[in-house]
Amino acid sequence: MAAFDAGVKLGTGYPGTPSTEILETFESLGGRAQWSPNEKVALEVGIGVAFAGARALVTMKHVGLNVAADPLFTVAYTRLDGALVVVSADDPAMASSQNEQDNRRYALAAGVPMLEPSDSQEAYEFTLRAIDISERWQVPVLLRMTTRVCHSKTVVRRATVAIPPPRPAHFEHDFPSRVMIPAYARPAHLRLRKTLAQIAAWNDEAGPNQLVAGSSSLGIITSGVAFQYVREVAGEASVLKLGMTYPLPLERMRSFAASVERCVVIEEGDPYLVEGARTAGIAVEAKPEIFRFGELNSGRVRRILDSDDSPEPKPVRGRPPALCPGCPHRAVYTALKNLNCIVSGDIGCYSLGVLPPFEAMDTLVCMGAAIGVGLGLRHSLPPEEARRVVSVIGDSTFVHSGITGLVEMVYNPPASGHVVLILDNGTTAMTGMQEHPGTGRTLAHAKTGKVVFEDLVRSLGVRNVHVVDPAPDPAGFQELIQACLDTPELSVVIARRDCLLATRAIREYERCNEQQTN
Amino acid sequence: MSSKPTNVVIAGLGGQGVIKASDILADVAFSSGLDVKKSELHGMSQRGGSVSSDVRFGERVFSPMVPEKEADFLLVIAPDQVEVNAAVLGQNGILIEPSQIDESSLSNKKSINVALLGVLSRHLQFSVEAWTAALKRNLPERLHEANLMAFSIGRANERIMGQGK
Repeated sequence: MAAFDAGVKLGTGYPGTPSTEILETFESLGGRAQWSPNEKVALEVGIGVAFAGARALVTMKHVGLNVAADPLFTVAYTRLDGALVVVSADDPAMASSQNEQDNRRYALAAGVPMLEPSDSQEAYEFTLRAIDISERWQVPVLLRMTTRVCHSKTVVRRATVAIPPPRPAHFEHDFPSRVMIPAYARPAHLRLRKTLAQIAAWNDEAGPNQLVAGSSSLGIITSGVAFQYVREVAGEASVLKLGMTYPLPLERMRSFAASVERCVVIEEGDPYLVEGARTAGIAVEAKPEIFRFGELNSGRVRRILDSDDSPEPKPVRGRPPALCPGCPHRAVYTALKNLNCIVSGDIGCYSLGVLPPFEAMDTLVCMGAAIGVGLGLRHSLPPEEARRVVSVIGDSTFVHSGITGLVEMVYNPPASGHVVLILDNGTTAMTGMQEHPGTGRTLAHAKTGKVVFEDLVRSLGVRNVHVVDPAPDPAGFQELIQACLDTPELSVVIARRDCLLATRAIREYERCNEQQTN
Repeated sequence: MSSKPTNVVIAGLGGQGVIKASDILADVAFSSGLDVKKSELHGMSQRGGSVSSDVRFGERVFSPMVPEKEADFLLVIAPDQVEVNAAVLGQNGILIEPSQIDESSLSNKKSINVALLGVLSRHLQFSVEAWTAALKRNLPERLHEANLMAFSIGRANERIMGQGK
């Protein structure tokens, strides 16, 4: 909503819990938003928008920023004409992720100013502020959210922060500021550090930080959603809530810490604020190590304040997710289990193939890793084991970062050959049925260019390419996989059948698009 | 200090309308002039896993999550999810579950989430008009009739009155 109110020219991103809804909402309000094949491309497009003097919003989940880290670190050196706001939606406790990395570290490492909202109202206001900061200092800004900020809804009042209207897009040549060859990058790095020092001074003076006056015996420094828990359980304490957590307002923190008898830092995840404070010589109390894992909540904040680090009761486990009844992936995993394959897996619904009754996935690291890891296994295992290795990757994940793995396979083929299975269910199912370049429809489900996997794979030089629907004839599918495993050649099997949950919607989109072309 | 917020936890399985029910409840509270926060976990829960959503409303709400043992109401749509979520209920917390509704009286069985909201509504001060408006705002028109019916069946249900845990 803030992106819309601020006149953001283009929103880009790659879907991922808990960030997916941002671009979908922006689009539904009338903004222009598009899914990119992956986060790196999304950020690069956003950089182009900001070089053109317009406003860009780029969204991704925390692990997505790993993929986009390459452009992030260097765009920090450049001079933007417009605004570039990168949303990183972190997932402490891993409700739906493979790790719980704390992306505040990226702001520090890349030298990118960072804001951390603590509820929906601040998500709105800080997006506007981020755009303002980005344009004022001509730098990208990281908007770091967490699950409980993203997947919560709190009352929002619009237009509470006034920022200048967007300027018309226009390109000005400025080689030293945008062409990061070493000769230009060296002064650009110096310029970045100078800018960050200015922003730090501004953050101390006028940054979006909030002081809640309270008792002088207990002071709490906090940020993000942790602020809400602090207010819930320690209403009497003095609180310094940091809205901009890179660069830190160290002088404010210093005087706050000196004003109270006991100063505790309450933060979710890594001891980021604690380390920042201590490096600057500010004495603060840190949370016990056990609270680094998982999310915080009111109860855990109370325990931190009570210095209680006794073991916590294990939460009751709910029902785990499972492949839906009728899911096309089921036939695939039944075959892989029957053939006793060594399965190099990937990220998506089909990750659930690791759970009973299939237990047919042996590795899962990150988006796109199925192919590379599978090749490594093939290269190093003894022949009788190597021949059982299969890489399994979903359609959206294949586009995201599986294509380069396939290039690797063609370029450095294992002696035993290899088998890559692309599970093409026609949608990014896991995150809630988002489109991708393989569906031929845009974020808003309109018809657009389509990447045809079999054509792409053949063009790379893979000769054994099979396109099958595994569901109607599971035995035949299993025979096909067996035949591919038996040859020392490279094979790609595209198992194509629409996700059961998406079938009806896909049919509807196609019908609408057809009507429009007629 | 302002008065304590009312804490409601709605739980069930992916696809049962947990989030929808919590959206409706939050809408009623918001349109009645209260501060509201809601929070949920989903993502993988689309695949039939457990889903729960916390809704808190009052003069001023801080944390979007209901603290352990402080739920005033636990509304469970899937019977097997009662045990998993029971720990959130406070001492005088009230459990609302599908056995309190005669499912055969619902024209659309999927509206059980709204029928249970009807049961919940008897314990809260929001007007029927506010509920009706919120239901209509949050559901597509073709589902209005079945859900308004489900809501009144739940609200009319006598068996639940005063059942503490």
